[in-house]
Amino acid sequence: MGLRAYLVRRLLLLIPTLIGVTLLIFAVTQLFTPIQRASLYIRSEKEASPENLNRIIAKYHLNESVLVQYYYWITEVLHGNLGYSMSKHMPVSEAILSAFPASAELVIFAIPLTVILGIYLGTISAVHRDKPLDHATRFLSIAGWSLPTFWFGLILLALFYDWFPAGRLGAVARNAVFSPAFTRYTGLNILDGLLNAQPWISLDALRHIILPVITLTVVQIALIVRVMRSSMLEALGKGYITAARAKGLNQKEVINKHARRNALIPVITLAGILTAGLLTGVVITETVFSYYGLGYFAAHAAMQLDAPAVLGFALFTGIMYVFANLMVDMMYAYVDPRIRLG
Amino acid sequence: MSVRHRLSEFKAGMKPTVKELKFIITRMRKSPLSIVGIAIILFFIAIALLCPILAPPGYPSQGGDPYKMPHEGWTPTPSPPSEDHPFGTTIYQFDIYYGCIWGTRIAFYVGFLVVGISLAVGLFLGIVSGYYGGAIDEILMRFTDIIYAFPGLIFAMALVVAFGRSLTSVLIALSLVGWPTYARVMRSEVLRVKQEDYVEAAKAVGCSDLRVIVKHVLPNSIYSLLIMASLDIGGIVLTAAALSFLGLGSSIGFADWGQIINQSRDWITGAPGNALAYWYTFVIPGTFIFTFVLGWNLLGDALRDVLDPMIRRR
Repeated sequence: MGLRAYLVRRLLLLIPTLIGVTLLIFAVTQLFTPIQRASLYIRSEKEASPENLNRIIAKYHLNESVLVQYYYWITEVLHGNLGYSMSKHMPVSEAILSAFPASAELVIFAIPLTVILGIYLGTISAVHRDKPLDHATRFLSIAGWSLPTFWFGLILLALFYDWFPAGRLGAVARNAVFSPAFTRYTGLNILDGLLNAQPWISLDALRHIILPVITLTVVQIALIVRVMRSSMLEALGKGYITAARAKGLNQKEVINKHARRNALIPVITLAGILTAGLLTGVVITETVFSYYGLGYFAAHAAMQLDAPAVLGFALFTGIMYVFANLMVDMMYAYVDPRIRLG
Repeated sequence: MSVRHRLSEFKAGMKPTVKELKFIITRMRKSPLSIVGIAIILFFIAIALLCPILAPPGYPSQGGDPYKMPHEGWTPTPSPPSEDHPFGTTIYQFDIYYGCIWGTRIAFYVGFLVVGISLAVGLFLGIVSGYYGGAIDEILMRFTDIIYAFPGLIFAMALVVAFGRSLTSVLIALSLVGWPTYARVMRSEVLRVKQEDYVEAAKAVGCSDLRVIVKHVLPNSIYSLLIMASLDIGGIVLTAAALSFLGLGSSIGFADWGQIINQSRDWITGAPGNALAYWYTFVIPGTFIFTFVLGWNLLGDALRDVLDPMIRRR
């Protein structure tokens, strides 16, 4: 099977997976009574009156069979209507879109930091197997993995609150950003500050983003270190490493040019798990740092049992995650011919 | 067949297992991290067993439930560690020391119960799916695919919102999220064992499906599942604590580590001029969560290293 045939097959697989994702969220809605379920379909606060909910039950056939309900529900979802969030006082889809750039900003910083540092530490650990350096690296990364995200964040916040405050922007910068003179090109404050030629806004945003990014990185890095270490150990035991050493290459060349390149392949598969970790990490981290993004929105909705918002967010992350996995598979097929030929 | 003969046969049969165990133990002893992990877990087992001695219950404010933290009055400001309250008190004067000690039992309870349910469900469905194959297999695998399409905590969060907030909801949600992994591993193990000659032989002499599964397939495939389960406990306790922190778990005053930290959220930034004034309300219960999870993860990491066939013998 060539690369193209593999990609086509993988893309076709996307359709049943996406249908499955919507089915599962729909199954959760079935845990509610019809009246509760009706609140998933309203579009504004005014529609929440009891008579109107009865009208919605009739309109979307909420008392009828599951299949009929799914048809009406999925039609609404495909039109971008995920219900109305009572905790945020706006439609769920709107809330998700408005919160998305803030979370993206966090992740843009956290991913490269986690990956590069993780690969570096994993390599060191493998090269010095069972030496003090290995034990130290492994202990630190396992410790990071065992840290409750919210607790680590709280400690950082308590220690550095005066230098790196909570929130997404300081009061002055927030006023500037929401003033008519400031154009929000991307919603990413750091970039927008530069585009508007107001670098002090970027600096302010950067000051607020440092602690959340550190939290996300420390908690996620163990995964990369662990896989990189075992993959590196495996590579170091291969015949081509012995051959490279026999050729007289020095240790540095053997590790950087021969072992590490091959050891990197399994790390690509981690990108999927890393995405899942970041999506959940963002929920906790943003809540701790009162950083208004997707995760903050979802966590506060959950605290107030705002079902449409939480379900909408779950559907959104499910879809994001499916696409992340698609990209991982494609990258993997490109890098490792055994996958597409096997 | 005499008993002695059976015994020697059993001994001979156990030889590879004993050898393997010996190898695991020697390899583990070389790794100081695994020793630390085991020591931590033993320490927490001791705390869990000694709860009634370390923190005797029976305060009037508990209403006879030892898993509720005792408290005096409803003053909201936490008070620092003192002779009566070695770890201080949190909001409404709940005793943090008591909560941390009895929270150990809750942590074990959450970890073992969720892993137990996931393991049981996964084991059953994995065997059925792997052994019989066909439509059941296909449906089950597609279903696990879908559950995998969600990050665990987020799907669990949606379920808890649907069930209503309580510790039971958290337990059910985590089990629902957890079983597919076990089902998958069990299925692939069964598929592997099914090909073995001894299973073919057992079938050929006319053993029933049940007998083949219980006597031949299960003992040869459950091993990796049990290891997986022991590795899972730390992560489960961590996720449960995160849900408690979000206020989706047990109710206020319950001896649950995540819940205690949730109670102290308003006090994290401290008093004016003293950012760390109320450090004890979150640093101490958090240390309990962290150490507990660390113990399991250290053990798990060492086990994984020992059992990975690609790197073990070097």
